[in-house]
Order: sequence, then structure tokens, then C-alpha cells
Amino acid sequence: MLELKNISFTVGEDAERKTIIRDLSLTIENGKFVVITGPNGSGKSTLARIIMGIEQPCEGKILFDGQDITALNITERAKLGISFALQQPVRFKGIRVHDLMQIAAGKKLSINDACDYLSEVGLCARDYIDREINSSLSGGELKRIEIATLLARKTKLSVFDEPEAGIDLWSFQNLIRIFENMRNEIKDSSIVIISHQERILNIADEIVLLVNGKIKKTGTAEKILPELVGTSAAVDACERLK
Amino acid sequence: MLNLDAIQQRILAEVADLHEVPAGAYNFRVNSKLAGRHTTANIDIISKDNGSGIDIFIKPNTKNESVHIPVVVSATGIKETVYNDFFIGDNCDVVIVAGCGIDNCGSHDAEHDGIHRFYVGKNSKVKYVEKHYGSGDGTGKRILNPVTEVYMEEGSSMEMEMEQIKGVDSTDRMTIAELKDDARLVVKERLMTHGTQFAKSGYQVNLNGKNSTADVVSRSVARDTSNQTFNARITGNAPCSGHTECDSIIMDEGKILAIPSLEANNVDAMLVHEAAIGKIAGDQLIKLMTLGLTEAEAEEQIINGFLR
Repeated sequence: MLELKNISFTVGEDAERKTIIRDLSLTIENGKFVVITGPNGSGKSTLARIIMGIEQPCEGKILFDGQDITALNITERAKLGISFALQQPVRFKGIRVHDLMQIAAGKKLSINDACDYLSEVGLCARDYIDREINSSLSGGELKRIEIATLLARKTKLSVFDEPEAGIDLWSFQNLIRIFENMRNEIKDSSIVIISHQERILNIADEIVLLVNGKIKKTGTAEKILPELVGTSAAVDACERLK
Repeated sequence: MLNLDAIQQRILAEVADLHEVPAGAYNFRVNSKLAGRHTTANIDIISKDNGSGIDIFIKPNTKNESVHIPVVVSATGIKETVYNDFFIGDNCDVVIVAGCGIDNCGSHDAEHDGIHRFYVGKNSKVKYVEKHYGSGDGTGKRILNPVTEVYMEEGSSMEMEMEQIKGVDSTDRMTIAELKDDARLVVKERLMTHGTQFAKSGYQVNLNGKNSTADVVSRSVARDTSNQTFNARITGNAPCSGHTECDSIIMDEGKILAIPSLEANNVDAMLVHEAAIGKIAGDQLIKLMTLGLTEAEAEEQIINGFLR
């Protein structure tokens, strides 16, 4: 269980000071699939980065399974069982897909083991295992590899920042299947997704609507979604192309 | 047979991946003396009359054979210049492994300057691997100043892997290549400097023949207060194509000067150069830390991958 208690986050100094997250409290129960949505600039990505420890809140506390992790760094949180899929995956010269999968799994992986994770995200291990994670990979391929690293980590809390961005419509269905499998496979695991895709919002146990760094509404998909459809907090795939 | 002490064996493993006497031809030089030599029906190794080095003769049509010529310097105060000439006949396909390791526990500098000249016959294929390594905790410097010259006949190809990752205090290396028609040269250089080390690497590649190609790629990491200079020039004197790339990671208070340059003397010469210097990207560290690595472990993975 993850508990955010009275979290605030600001950037800049003095007159330039801007509040991104204001006095936000949120609990992610075990076994839940929570989607955080909201208009651009509402603080969604910042909140995800605060959970992983990439950004430090200026006020408030973060508890993970009852333990205060506010002062812990990224590595320590990762080791406790939090993982994070970046909105824009990183490229590495010379590091291969196999290397990254092994770092994620924390152990040696055979080609077959790596294949299990890569095929889940629709990549053929044979074609990708020895590829470098460099600019020869497309944005969509990187995004899928990013998701595969979280599958290999098998942590109790997985945070995805806009996982659907750059992924084509064919794999959208698979993406949803992946989230469902993750929940079923890891006992008591919870998944937090930053997204404004209606189709992802649809499968959420709980939707959190963030506006100007504050939670405006929270509740089940049945309750919240009808109010969001048509707003920038819930768009269908084609809407974004218009 | 070889009679090497533990330090010498360790250096040999570092520079030539050798844990035992290799198959094929070899010439081991340890502390300025011949420590072992083996020749084959196709590969002959002969000491130069004036004692300044060796000549290696590879007969035409020699395929799938290898030559190892490692050098170990484990005594302090040695300063030597060695000339090794490789005469590779036509239509060969061979692997040449050179490498020099210095272990200097003393207070005097130890220096090995190897001058390697390759005469590559028509349509021959050569893979050349060279590793430089230094160790020892003495105050004497470990110095390596290699010069490599490559003369390539029509249709020949040469792939050079040159690596210096650890322990060499000062290096000033120069590689010169002359390519005839359809010759192909690929160079992969990997360099890491730390402490107060200094490394200079220069290339002059002359594409003289029609359809000759060269690809010179250097990746380097400068840590601590070390200093590097990379100076690569490709000259196109015929319809040819050349590419040089220098990609560096700078850390701590390292200094790097990259001077890739191109010279075209023919309208159909197609030449490209690229150079990039930068520190390890913050988001690369973050990504690996989210996978459970510490910052130091993440840095190590990034550098290992980069220098692969």
C-alpha cells in the first residue's frame, strides 16, 4: 500500500516560484489498478516522479507498506519494490536489450526467459535481444522494451507514465492485457498509470482526477468516467490525432 | 616453452586473452627478450638482423590462421622501441593479436614504443586486435607510444580493434593508412583514461584508390583529471567514402579535445565526420537506478556499455 500524505512540490524561487503539487493526499491500496488523469500541466508526471523518488517533495510524507520512504533515494525505493516506466524511455549506447532485461530482473536471464517478457510486449526476442538500446530503435520499440523491464522486475508497485504514448493501436489491446496479467501474477501488487486515454481509464478500479496539482475527484471508473468523457482528461485515441 | 612469473601471466591474460600458449604462430616478448616463438607452415617469424624487432611473413592464400605477438614489460626502467613488420600475401584471411602490458612497481618509467607496419596483399582480410594495459603501484610512469602503419592493396580489408582501458599513464599513438582500389578499413578504438593520465590518438587515412572506404570510430571516457586528444583526418584522393566518429564521455575534471577533419581532393570523395563530448546523461542514471542499481553501479554499466 502506498500512502501520500499532504504532499507539496514547488519549483523556482521567490517571485518565480510555482506550485506543481498542492497538499495532496492519496492512498493506493494493494491489488488496485489506479489511473491518474487530468489536463496537461496538472502535475500527473511530477506526482509519478515523486513516488519513485526522482523528485523530492518540499512538504509531506510518503509511506510504502507502512514504512516512511520520504527520505529514501531512487535505488532504495526500487529495492523496496517500486518500479517506474518513463514517459520517454532513455537510449544507451552499447547497452543491449538483454543487458537491460538482466539488470531489471536482477539476475542472469536466458534468451528464453527474456523472450517471455519481450513477447509479452509484442517483440520477437530473436530480433531484439542483441540490439543496442540506441537511436536505431524507434520510439514505439523503446516504449515496449521499457514496459518489458517492469515485467521482469515483478515489483509490488508499478508506476507507468503515459505507457500508451507512441504505441500503435494493435498493441493497445495487448497493453491492457499486460496490466491485467501483472495484477493477477503478483500478489497484492498495485499498478498506477498516468494516462488520459479513455480505454485505459475504462479498466481502472479507481480514477484520480488531478487539476492544478490537487485531486479534484476520485472514485470508480463507473462513477468518474462519464463526467470526464469529452474533456482533455479522457480522450479516445483518434481524438488526439485530430 | 614459456617460463613466465605470475605478474607476467596476468598481463598476458589482460592484453591477449591468453591463459596458455595459443594455437598458431606466436612471438612473446618479455622484458625486451624473446620468451617464446612458434611458426607454422604458412606463417614465419624472423628477428630483424639489427635486433630492432621482427618480420612476420604470411604466405599467400593463408586462411583462418592467427598470429599472437604480445609484449610484457614487468621490470622498471625499461625503454624500448620495437619495429614489427607484417607482410601479408594475397588472398589471406588471418587474425593478428598484438598487445602490450606494463607492470611497473618501481620508481623508473617503463616505456614500450611499438612500430607496427602492415603490408596487406590483394583481396586479403585481416583482423587486428591490440590491447594496452598497465598496472603496478610504483611511482615510475607506464608509457606506450605505438605507431601503426597500414598499406592496403586492391580489394583488401582490415578491421582494427584498439583498446586501452586501464593503467597506461601516457600514450601518444598514431595510425597511418594508405588504401588502394576497393580496399576497406574499419577502426574501432576504445579508450579510457583516469587519474592524471594523458592520451593522444591520431589518425591519417588516405583513400587513394577508387571505391576505397574507411570507417574510424573512437569511443572514449576521460575520468578524474585525465586529458585526451583525438585527432583523426581522412583524406579522399579518389572516388571513395570515409567516415570518422569520436564519441566521448567526460567525467569529474577530465579534459577532451576532439579534432576530426576531412580533406577531399576528388569531386567523388564522400566524407563525413561526427564528434560528440558530453557527461553521462542524468536520465540514463535515473533509469538504471529505478531498476535497483546504485548511482555508482549505474555509471559503471553505462561506461561498460559505451566502451564495449
